[in-house]
Amino acid sequence: MENRTHIPIKKEYLVDNVLMNESVDLPADVEKMMRLLRRAKVRHPAVFVGTASSGVISGAGDTLDEIRKYLDERNIRADVVETGSAGYSSMEPVVEVQMPGKTRVAFRNVTAGKLSSVLDGIFNSIIPEEHVLGQHRDRALEIWKDVPFIDELPFFSLQKRNLLRNWGRISPLSIEEYIATGGYRSYVKTVRSYTHEEVCDIVEKSGLQGRGGGGFLTGKKWKVAHSVFADQRYLLCNADESDPGGYANRAMIESDPHRLLEGVLIAAYAIGTSRALIYIRNDYRIAIERLEHAISQAREFGLIGHNVYGSGFNIEITVRKGPGAFVCGEETAMISSLEGKRGMPRPKPPYPAVSGLFGKPTVVNNVETLSNIPAIFENGPDWFMSIGNESARGTKILVLSGIIVNQGIIEVPLGTPVKDIIYGTGEGIPDNKTFKAVQIGGPSGGFLTSENIDTPYDFSSLASEGVYMGSGGMVVLDESCCIIDTVKYFMDFIQKESCGKCIPCREGTSRMLEVYENITRRPVDANGHTTLERFKGVMQLESLAGVISDTSLCGLGQKAPNTVTSSLRHFRSDYEEHIFDRECSAGVCKELRLFQIDVNKCTGCTVCAPKCPESAIIGTRHHPFFIVEEKCTGCGICYDVCKFSAIYVK
Amino acid sequence: MDEKNNEILEKYPKGSRESLIPMLQDIQEAYGYLSEQAVVEVGRYLDLPSGKIYGLATFYNQFRFKPLGQYHICFCHGTSCHVTGAEEVRKKLEKKLRISPGETTRDGKFSLELTACMGACHLSPVIRINGNYHTRVKPDEVGDIIDSCIEERED
Repeated sequence: MENRTHIPIKKEYLVDNVLMNESVDLPADVEKMMRLLRRAKVRHPAVFVGTASSGVISGAGDTLDEIRKYLDERNIRADVVETGSAGYSSMEPVVEVQMPGKTRVAFRNVTAGKLSSVLDGIFNSIIPEEHVLGQHRDRALEIWKDVPFIDELPFFSLQKRNLLRNWGRISPLSIEEYIATGGYRSYVKTVRSYTHEEVCDIVEKSGLQGRGGGGFLTGKKWKVAHSVFADQRYLLCNADESDPGGYANRAMIESDPHRLLEGVLIAAYAIGTSRALIYIRNDYRIAIERLEHAISQAREFGLIGHNVYGSGFNIEITVRKGPGAFVCGEETAMISSLEGKRGMPRPKPPYPAVSGLFGKPTVVNNVETLSNIPAIFENGPDWFMSIGNESARGTKILVLSGIIVNQGIIEVPLGTPVKDIIYGTGEGIPDNKTFKAVQIGGPSGGFLTSENIDTPYDFSSLASEGVYMGSGGMVVLDESCCIIDTVKYFMDFIQKESCGKCIPCREGTSRMLEVYENITRRPVDANGHTTLERFKGVMQLESLAGVISDTSLCGLGQKAPNTVTSSLRHFRSDYEEHIFDRECSAGVCKELRLFQIDVNKCTGCTVCAPKCPESAIIGTRHHPFFIVEEKCTGCGICYDVCKFSAIYVK
Repeated sequence: MDEKNNEILEKYPKGSRESLIPMLQDIQEAYGYLSEQAVVEVGRYLDLPSGKIYGLATFYNQFRFKPLGQYHICFCHGTSCHVTGAEEVRKKLEKKLRISPGETTRDGKFSLELTACMGACHLSPVIRINGNYHTRVKPDEVGDIIDSCIEERED
């Protein structure tokens, strides 16, 4: 985990001239050093490669090795810097190169094999066009001709990147680079010159709401915890994100861990605690590694520890690995887990801010919420108020995935219409297919269809459409996706992850899953899922949903039926098709399919018959074959093997 | 119990319940799984009944009570993977290996595990075998991927 860099700057220099300097602007000579550290200006070529987990899965590890080999073989003196993700997942591995005096250029999909053609080109001042993504804007540097600016690409132009501003730009392994972007200055200033109450006030004034899905005012929560009399308080950072399709928090830690740390430190100071814990999913190896690395660097700089910069503030941060349970994202469940018990929620009140970990006041904040804090102190609460709309301030990070052209992690101001996100940033659906729905918020979220896709993306507007923001997943579905199957998938997930403490959630979600299983398979046997059962089940879904959400203990159960109610509201016809016609027009529910053989096309080649696991295909060689309807289970093996396209779905 | 286990136990203060999860995590990291003996040892050290420890460990996805196979196949079952056809891939994997998620083949070669999201939705469906990623996996590629693991071993 070492960067090959050639910028020697002493710790003492940074502490004395940057961190302890409370004036808004830095002296010119210091600013010049900072430009060097940020690599806004370079003396040698610098090669950056994004090695967050999305990059690594795309092959960035091999690219990194290849870069080192390339430079060694040719004896080129250049910095090699590992950065986080730039958010543009479908373009990864992303390699950026900065030549002295020129702006930084980004290249897309640079796998190890394509590397030499990219580097050969740029080291000879030729831009290899097929790989280029764009160049960064910097007025002080000479621009490359005929290369688009990155901020003008559709993927970036709608975004407002506050939290993501360092993504792909600086090394997540270097505290010096983070300080050079203005990092930790707000923290040092806060502990040295603000009182705890003032810090809470500033955050409350900014209007920052918890980004974990709840949307509670962060400053208010801090105030409650601070006002409770106690000998010990705790700050808990919730990094246990584990819903399908949500990986923004992980990427935030992998790409800019110091931003989160600074937020944690300011929050800890605000509530007056000396103990902060970060609860992070055990699977997130790269994130944990980078976070621990960042903590040890911050300790080295005296930002963590005893009497921080003479302010009298003591702070210790511990990373605790979450052993894997979706329900531990719930604050009370997470607290149980940290106490060494099963991660089961308990009723609120008392709220954790009053009585949490070991019965002490505990503030639980999400990664994104805390990462917002440094910028609020850097630019002031009014600046934060100016972003977003009336009902929600600031930006929100989303994971855009599913069937959409541009996939990745984006940051948009709250209140941006969902339509703009999908058709602007996401550039719509690939291959001229039609948009069907967008699933927002993971298992606890809901669907938006083309009718209400104009809804602004903020807490209250989405809620009025019956959709909850959750952790910020956005999965786009096109005509080839089946809504019933998608809901079934979410119910299956929730049913497995329900902790089982309260009956409505444990049993209710299992019953719901059963209903979906019944309507996605053909009613072949007499006892299990007869036509009446299928119909009855769907009739009861709505009332079941009401009971589950009203009587469950925690957010997991309360929000569990959301996808069901939301799909019932918008996709009535899909349900009817599955129940009455026993058909899935998208062709996803395989068990509903019935195959038939077109007698005109079938040549009697006998390829399909022996492959059929149910022996449902009969016939004589060189004559058309037939499928016995009663025996066919719709597995589709015959369909896949037929060379004459003679088999079709009925 | 061997020294490695004692070393792990001694890192944590005696009798404190809150260190139970980190302790079990360390043991699993060292041995690959939680053996019956390890659970009993931890119980003795923390003064907790083994039943309580099993009760806790079975609640979480991370802990296993049997060693992993030589090839640890992690299968991503996120939303994006699901809508791009992960279900078929999973069926093929289960059929080929003849095990369900969470199990290990009888010869100890393969174990299968599901994860909620690996964070590579743009390359879905994704499977990971001992740290190597296979992306945009099609159902008919599954057989070849598994076979290549077997061949690799024989080489």
